[in-house]
Amino acid sequence: MSSQDNSPEEHLPSEQGAHGGAVARKDDPFADPGLPPHLPRIQDIDERAARRSERTVAFLFVLSMLATVAFIASYVAFPIDKIVYVFPFGHVSILNFALGITLGLALFCIGAGAVHWARTLMSDREVPDDRHAIEAPPEVRAKVMQDFADGAAESGFGRRKLIRNTMFGAMALVPLSGVMLLRDLGPLPEKKLRSTMWAKGKQLINMNTNQPLRPEDVAVGSLTFAMPEGLKEENADFQEQIAKAALMIVRIQPDEIKNKRELDWSHQGIVAFSKICTHVGCPISLYEQQTHHVLCPCHQSTFDLSDGAKVIFGPAGHALPQLRIGVNGQGNLEALGDFDEPVGPAFWERG
Amino acid sequence: MSTAEENPRAAAGERIADWADGRLGIYSLAKANMRKIFPDHWSFMLGEVSLYSFIIIILTGVYLTLFFHPSMNEVVYHGSYVPLQGIRMSEAFNSTVNISFDVRGGLLVRQIHHWAALIFLAAMFVHMMRVFFTGAFRKPREVNWLFGFLLFVLGMFTGFTGYSLPDDLLSGTGVRFMEGAILSVPIVGTYLSMFLYGGEFPGGDFVSRFYSIHILLLPGIMLGLVAAHLILVFYHKHTQFAGPGRTEKNVVGMPLLPIYIAKAGGFFFLVFGLIAMVAAIATINPIWAIGPYRPDQVSTGAQPDWYMGFSEGLIRVMPGWEINFAGHTLVLGVFIPLVVFPLVLAVIAIYPFLEAWVTGDRREHHIADRPRNAPTRTAFGAAWISWYFVLLVGGGNDIFATHFHLSINSITWFVRVSFFVVPVLVFLATKRVCMGLQRRDAEKVLHGRESGLIKRLPHGEFVEVHTPLEQGDLHRLTAHEQYAPLAVGETTDENGVERRLGRGEKLRAKLSKGYYGEGNQIPKPTAEEYEEITSGHGHH
Repeated sequence: MSSQDNSPEEHLPSEQGAHGGAVARKDDPFADPGLPPHLPRIQDIDERAARRSERTVAFLFVLSMLATVAFIASYVAFPIDKIVYVFPFGHVSILNFALGITLGLALFCIGAGAVHWARTLMSDREVPDDRHAIEAPPEVRAKVMQDFADGAAESGFGRRKLIRNTMFGAMALVPLSGVMLLRDLGPLPEKKLRSTMWAKGKQLINMNTNQPLRPEDVAVGSLTFAMPEGLKEENADFQEQIAKAALMIVRIQPDEIKNKRELDWSHQGIVAFSKICTHVGCPISLYEQQTHHVLCPCHQSTFDLSDGAKVIFGPAGHALPQLRIGVNGQGNLEALGDFDEPVGPAFWERG
Repeated sequence: MSTAEENPRAAAGERIADWADGRLGIYSLAKANMRKIFPDHWSFMLGEVSLYSFIIIILTGVYLTLFFHPSMNEVVYHGSYVPLQGIRMSEAFNSTVNISFDVRGGLLVRQIHHWAALIFLAAMFVHMMRVFFTGAFRKPREVNWLFGFLLFVLGMFTGFTGYSLPDDLLSGTGVRFMEGAILSVPIVGTYLSMFLYGGEFPGGDFVSRFYSIHILLLPGIMLGLVAAHLILVFYHKHTQFAGPGRTEKNVVGMPLLPIYIAKAGGFFFLVFGLIAMVAAIATINPIWAIGPYRPDQVSTGAQPDWYMGFSEGLIRVMPGWEINFAGHTLVLGVFIPLVVFPLVLAVIAIYPFLEAWVTGDRREHHIADRPRNAPTRTAFGAAWISWYFVLLVGGGNDIFATHFHLSINSITWFVRVSFFVVPVLVFLATKRVCMGLQRRDAEKVLHGRESGLIKRLPHGEFVEVHTPLEQGDLHRLTAHEQYAPLAVGETTDENGVERRLGRGEKLRAKLSKGYYGEGNQIPKPTAEEYEEITSGHGHH
C-alpha cells in the first residue's frame, strides 16, 4: 500500500484504507501521509565515514579476540585462592574478577561490533510488509468443518456409544496407576508431628558446650539454646529431631512471670520454650532481655516469654509451647515430659 | 525442486542448502521468514533480554550440573575454604562450596547463573508490563500473553527450586517456610508435606527432588513455551506504534536478514557480556558466608530472591488467624496468603479477557496503544504494580525497619492498610494523569506546539506563537481508536414489554461506561474542530 519513497499520489487520503474509526473524510487533516522519506546517514553519503565505521566494528571484534586470549591467560596464570584489592570493588578473588571481566569484554565487544555494524553500515530503510488475517477465510473454515465431520462419521465415534463410553472409562482409569506410584514419596503423617524427642528425665544439653545445663548456668537476661540428651550431630536423624526439639531457655524473676502455669512449669524462674516459631517454623533467635519478648527474624512474630509466650505481634497464630522442666539428682536441668502440644506451625489435625 | 543436479557448479553453500531443502523444505521457511519485517522500538528489546538471559541460564546451568552433587548425605568439609573446615554439611552444600573455591571459574559461572536468573525474572516482568500497557495482548495475541504469563510463573518456581539446591542456611529457611505453608492446607496439608519431603522436614530427599524439578521438569516445559511464544511472535508479526505509513494492515520496519540478525544476535552478546561483568564484580548468594542449613539456626535479614518477595510480604503482614473446631485447626493466617499468592498473579493474567468482554471488540489489533489513550487499562496496570510493590515492601519489612530506623510494627500496619488502599489511590491518580496527557495531545493537535516565541500585537497584547504540527504528527496523535460506551438500549419495547437484562449484561454496561463513558476519556479532536481553529482565527 504505502512504500518508503514519498510519491505524493500514493499517500492521498483516498488511497489510505480507512482505519481508526472516526477518520472518514476525503480532506481529512489527520489523514495518514504515508511513510516519511528515508533520511540518509553520514555513512550512506560519505565513504570515509563508512570506512571509519568499518574500522570501529573491526576494532571491537579484535578487542573481543584479545579479551578471549586474556581469559585463557587469566585461567592459567592466576591461582584460585589469591585475593587482591581492586578499586573500587574492594578485596576480590583475582581469578574470578579477571575471568569475569575478560569473558564479559569478549562477549560485549562482539555484541557492540554487530550492533554498530547494523546501525551504521547496513541499510536502515524502513520497508512495509503486508499483514494477513490470522483467522482462515470462510471457505477454508467450511472445508475443515466438513473434513472433521467426515472423519468423525467414518470413525463411528458418535454412533457406537459402547465403544466411546468404554474408551473414556479406560482413559480415565489409566492415570490412577501413576497416582498410585506416587504413594511411596513419603510416609503417612500419623502422629509424627505431635511428639518430639523430649521425654521425662531427659537432661537439657547446652548446644554450645554439649554439657548438661545446670540452673546456675542460666543467668537472668541470657538466652540459651538446648537439645535433648542423647541427640548427637552425627545421628542420621539429627536434622529431623532438632527441627522439632530445639529449645530456648531464659531466666525471668519469678515475680515477673504473669502466667501461673508458666511459673508452675519453670524452675526458679528458668523457663523452657520451643524455639520453633508457631507461624511457619523458623527458629526464633532474637531476645529482648528487658521486656522478655522474643522475635522471629523471618516474619517478625513476637512472643512474650513472661506471659506464656503468647503472640503479641506478627503473623503467628498461637503461643510457643512450653516444656515442663525440673532438676534431677545431679543438679542438672531435666525435662518432666514432652511438650503437651505439637511444636512448630499449625496444621489441620493439630486441633 | 532440487537444482543441484542441474547446476553442478553452484557454490558449496548453495549445494548444501539445496541438499537440506530437498529433505527439510527449508526454502519455504526461509521465503516467509528470512526477510521478515520487524518494527523498531526500544521497548521491543525487553522480551529479548528475557530470552537471552534464559539461554544464558541454560548454558551456565548445564555447566554447574557437571560439578554439583544433588545429595543430602552428610559430609564433613575438608576443602580449601578454611572457615568451614570440619563443619558438617550436606553433599549439596559441600559441592557448591567446591564449585566456588576449587573449580577455576566455577564461582563465576555460579554467579552468572544466579544473576541471569534475577535478570530473567525482572526482564519478563517489565516485558509483560510493556505488553500490558500498550494493549499488545489484544486479539490475536491473547494466547501468547498467557504463554508469557506461564513463563513468568514457572520462572519463579524454577528460581525458588534453584536457589534452594545449595542447602544453605538462607535457602533452607525458605524451604522450611514452604513446609509451614503446605502444612496450613486444610485436610491434606500434612500428607502433602510428608510426600514432598519424603517424611518429616527436612528429611534427606528434597534436594534431589528439587534438582530434577529445577533442571528437567520446569525448564523443559519452559523451553517448549518459549518456542511456542516465539513461533507465535513470528506468525502474528510484531505490533507497531501508530505513525505515518503504519496501519493495522501492514508492519513497517527492517528485515530480519541482515538488520535483526545483527542487532538481535549482537544484543545477545551484549546481555551476556554485561551479566558476566556484573558476576565478576558483584557477589551474589555467598553461601560460604551463610553456612550450611540447620533447622535450629537462622540469620537475621533473611530474604528470598526478589521475585518471591511479594509472597513473603503476604505471609508477613497477614494477621495470625487460627480457628480451632472439632479437633481440627484451620490455619487461616498462613492459608489465606497461600491462596492470595496465585490470585495476585491471576488478576493480571485474566485482565485481557475482561477488557475484551467489556469492549466486545472481535477485530485484530496490531497498532500498539499509547498508555494514555487507554486510561482505565493503564490505571488498572499501575494499580496492580503498586499492589505488587506494597507486598514487596511487606516482604522486606525488617530491611526497611533497620535501614530507615522505622518501627517494624508500623511498617507492617502500613502494608496491611496499603494493601487495600494504595491500589485504589494509584488507580485514580493514574487515570487523571492519562486524561491530562490526552488533553495535552488534543491541545497540541488543535493549537500546535508551543514555540517559545512571544509576539507583541499592535494593541500591546502578548501572545505565544504556536507552530502547527506536521501532518505525520497530526495523524500519529489522532490515530488511536476511541470506543463508545456500550449502549444498553431501551429496556421496554414499543409494546411496553420489558426486556430483561441479565446481571452480566448490566455489569458489562456499567464497566463499559467506566471505561469509555463521559469523563473517562477525552474525545479526540475532530477534523471540524481543527478546521474551525486553523482557518481564519489564527492561533490562540
